[in-house]
Amino acid sequence: MTAPVTAASIALDGAVATASPVEAEAFVPSRGFWGHVGHRLVRDPVAMAAGAVILFIVAVAILSPWITPMDPYKGSMLRRLRPVGDATYWLGSDELGRDMLSRLMVGARLSLFMGVTPVLIAFAIGSAIGILAGYVGGWTNTILMRTIDVFFAFPSVLLAIALSGALGAGIFNAIVSLTCVFVPQIARVAESVTTGIRRRDYIDAAKLSGASALTIMRVQVLGNVVGPIFVYATSLISVSMILASGLSFLGLGVRPPEPEWGLMLNTLRTAIYVNPMVAALPGLAIFVVSISFNLFSDGLRTAMEIRQ
Amino acid sequence: MTATKSDAMPDAPAVELGDLKVGFGKIRVVDGVDLTLERGQAMALIGESGSGKSVTLRAILRLFPEGRSRITGTLKVAGRDVLALSKRELADFRGRTVSMIFQEPLLAFDPVYTVGRQITEAIQRHEKVSASEARKRALALFERVRIPSPERRLDNYPHEMSGGMRQRAMIALALACRPQVLLADEPTTALDATVQIQILLLLRELQRDLGLSIILVTHDLGAAVEVADRISVMYAGHVVETGSAHQVVLDPHHPYTIGLLRSRAEGAMDKGARLQTIPGSPPDLANRPPGCPFAPRCFLAAERCRQEMPPVAEIAPGHRVACWRTEEAAAAFRAGESAREAVPA
Amino acid sequence: MNAPVLTPSIDPRDRGGPAQPLLSVSGLVKHFPVRKGLGGQKQVVRAVDGVDFETLKGETLGIVGESGCGKSTTAKLLMGLIERDSGEMLFDGEAVGSRALPWRAYRRQVQMVFQDSYASLNPRMTVEASIAFGPKVNGVPGRQAVERARGLLARVGLEPKRFAGRYPHELSGGQRQRVNIARALALEPRLVLLDEAVSALDKSVEAQVLNLLLDLKAEFGLTYIFISHDLNVVRFISDRVMVMYLGRVSEIGPSDAVLAEPAHPYTGALLHSMPSLDPDNRTQVALLAGDPPNPIDPPPGCRFNPRCKLAAPVCTQVEPPLDPVAPAHRAACLARQPGSGHPEAPAALAAA
Repeated sequence: MTAPVTAASIALDGAVATASPVEAEAFVPSRGFWGHVGHRLVRDPVAMAAGAVILFIVAVAILSPWITPMDPYKGSMLRRLRPVGDATYWLGSDELGRDMLSRLMVGARLSLFMGVTPVLIAFAIGSAIGILAGYVGGWTNTILMRTIDVFFAFPSVLLAIALSGALGAGIFNAIVSLTCVFVPQIARVAESVTTGIRRRDYIDAAKLSGASALTIMRVQVLGNVVGPIFVYATSLISVSMILASGLSFLGLGVRPPEPEWGLMLNTLRTAIYVNPMVAALPGLAIFVVSISFNLFSDGLRTAMEIRQ
Repeated sequence: MTATKSDAMPDAPAVELGDLKVGFGKIRVVDGVDLTLERGQAMALIGESGSGKSVTLRAILRLFPEGRSRITGTLKVAGRDVLALSKRELADFRGRTVSMIFQEPLLAFDPVYTVGRQITEAIQRHEKVSASEARKRALALFERVRIPSPERRLDNYPHEMSGGMRQRAMIALALACRPQVLLADEPTTALDATVQIQILLLLRELQRDLGLSIILVTHDLGAAVEVADRISVMYAGHVVETGSAHQVVLDPHHPYTIGLLRSRAEGAMDKGARLQTIPGSPPDLANRPPGCPFAPRCFLAAERCRQEMPPVAEIAPGHRVACWRTEEAAAAFRAGESAREAVPA
Repeated sequence: MNAPVLTPSIDPRDRGGPAQPLLSVSGLVKHFPVRKGLGGQKQVVRAVDGVDFETLKGETLGIVGESGCGKSTTAKLLMGLIERDSGEMLFDGEAVGSRALPWRAYRRQVQMVFQDSYASLNPRMTVEASIAFGPKVNGVPGRQAVERARGLLARVGLEPKRFAGRYPHELSGGQRQRVNIARALALEPRLVLLDEAVSALDKSVEAQVLNLLLDLKAEFGLTYIFISHDLNVVRFISDRVMVMYLGRVSEIGPSDAVLAEPAHPYTGALLHSMPSLDPDNRTQVALLAGDPPNPIDPPPGCRFNPRCKLAAPVCTQVEPPLDPVAPAHRAACLARQPGSGHPEAPAALAAA
């Protein structure tokens, strides 16, 4: 068997390659999988709008130190709890007379950070655990997944509070405890996606080519599972933001006077009868950002469902 | 079970399609189909994937979502205009006048109810009969489709049956309301050959005993010949040849039909010899070439074929072919056959 | 073409010469434990239950049978995708899995093409990357592996310029199966296992792919094991045919002999169930009633006896051995074996 065949060697009677005029017209240059996803995502108005909102808030968060209308830390005992629409304080002022708009803008930094970081870390760790358990199967799977099931016995809020409580207050500890909450969830999704793919013929074909398990996981499995896991992870960002807010609310996360939406919600709760609109603003911000992340991840999921 | 029900127009053909077109968005999948199925007749619609055979069949039941599909032309079943039916009439029409069986019976059944219950429910939905009467009819149907120990099998869940048995149960379900027309979409493709032949024989038996009119969609000429009185060959949304099974298989006049017959492995002249194939692949339905859709792959194509759509010519009574060069095609087929016979066995 | 055409052996990997079977399998067994219902008793699916056969160098061995006969499990066992319970496999005289021929070395010489052309290609990889994957993991430098992939694409009739960068969903079924064939050939195997490789294709595409397989076999000096449920296709492509029933071999021999004058009543019934292409001569009765039986609890004696029209009392007691009925043609049927006690068995003298 002498090997390489030259491109010119054959003319099959049935050759699909012989470009008939019909086929030549039908030819569309390949875009690749992510190209297709992008193409479809751009045509999804809801996902695009959600993406725009996220981009806008990220931009505001990054630029906030330079663009805030007032000093977010400087209060005034005279001008406390001004209503929304006030001439100086456009979105009112808080219980210490600090500008709400400025605090919301700066607060977006910490809130987004607390929303995204734990999910990203958990995405890396959880995917690794899940893909390993799913691909290897058998006892490895049983041991890993049953261990992870233990975490599912607790509601995620409770788990986050318990871990944060044990580790002590602070941003770093809050991130660690939130990561611990999300790792099992992502690992479970990664495991089920991988298990679904493990039995596919192309994995068998890869085994037959003599590739090692690690190579197969890296080359053949990862590309197929990373998308669905990523979609799931983006939907967790909103959960993470809300949980982080909850931790701050309980005094286990960010500490005053640092502006963070959850913490702001906490400190403003006393003002709910005096000025409900102002008190609700941080909650509204959390709501808008988390629903944007959810809508965007929904759009991403739809865009990735490409059948042949 | 009585053979056929009396209807408004007892003499009208079972199914009549005139210039039927079905489109999805910009793509026209069925592009002007004329077919007539007489009462009590079995017709096979054959063709390859993308030929529009399945879509034609589903159009008869109007199974496509209204918004995303466009059906035009004449579409009559037992004299009734299907395209004019209201939603309610359509629901009654499906199952009672025309019913359908599929390749995958598990899709036709609800997994959480027993097969018997689903059949009795189907009967009671369309007719006012008591539960025990419906059950009795379900049992008779199971006997009719030759399911062994039918009494016990009625209480099975779909997943408890084997593939061939499920196929029979689905046929029983389709016959529950004594339809006049049975549409079968690749009903034997997923089955073993030993089971396939049993199902094909059953279809033939039902046609004979119940006077059922059948349209069988298949990609397998062999299955078509076993069941059908008439065969229609579809290509790129057109019926290119239609005639009795005899005419189409033994005296084909369309180059595509000839290609299909020749490319079968059992048609090989000698073992190890190469098979004759149809070069190229089917046209892109979004960019139809002018002229005959088969011309780019046709061994007889002439200049005219690439420019003008061939008209439908009647070769013999009931044998119609859409081709400019029917005589040359038939001659080529006969020459090939005699060459084959000349080869010593 | 009765005897397989043996290309003069120029393959440096050939050890035993043309007379040595490329692959010989003996006593292959695979049982799957199943549990029926909650807390039900354990049962055993005898998917493959003692299979022996040989594949000669340069031939095409067809394997036919109904679903549940064990043909696909046999394929997976041959490829080592599932572990055999017992049995021996010799590849060109060396035991597969031994120190002389470890699985890795064996697999480089044996490749497989699957039935489902879509499921057997990674949807996130270009066609070219899928074909080049095998050579790459076996140490071929990336550039060369891609070169080889393009050469093979051209060889299977897909112009590399147009197809190399495409993804599986951008191809038709026939084109995908060509890619799968190219992928199987990328490791330069000696034996290719085709598991229902053309069954899902349209007939005219099937014919194109069958022709391609014939050409490739001649060009690369391949040996094929061709698994299919379509007897017509098997007759066309195979030199020898093996018929399986409930995990065992019921008949094996030259395809002309087996499919023209079957020695086993099951083979006859299978042949009879192929649709005729003659409208004047349609099939009138089905020889086999009901569905293929379940390989849990096969019947005692000859496994085919409950469906067999030749069944005699002895058939429920004695398991028929796979004995010769003609040179190179063996069948496991008591009615064909002298002295078996079956009323229709030929006299012992006639055999001697």
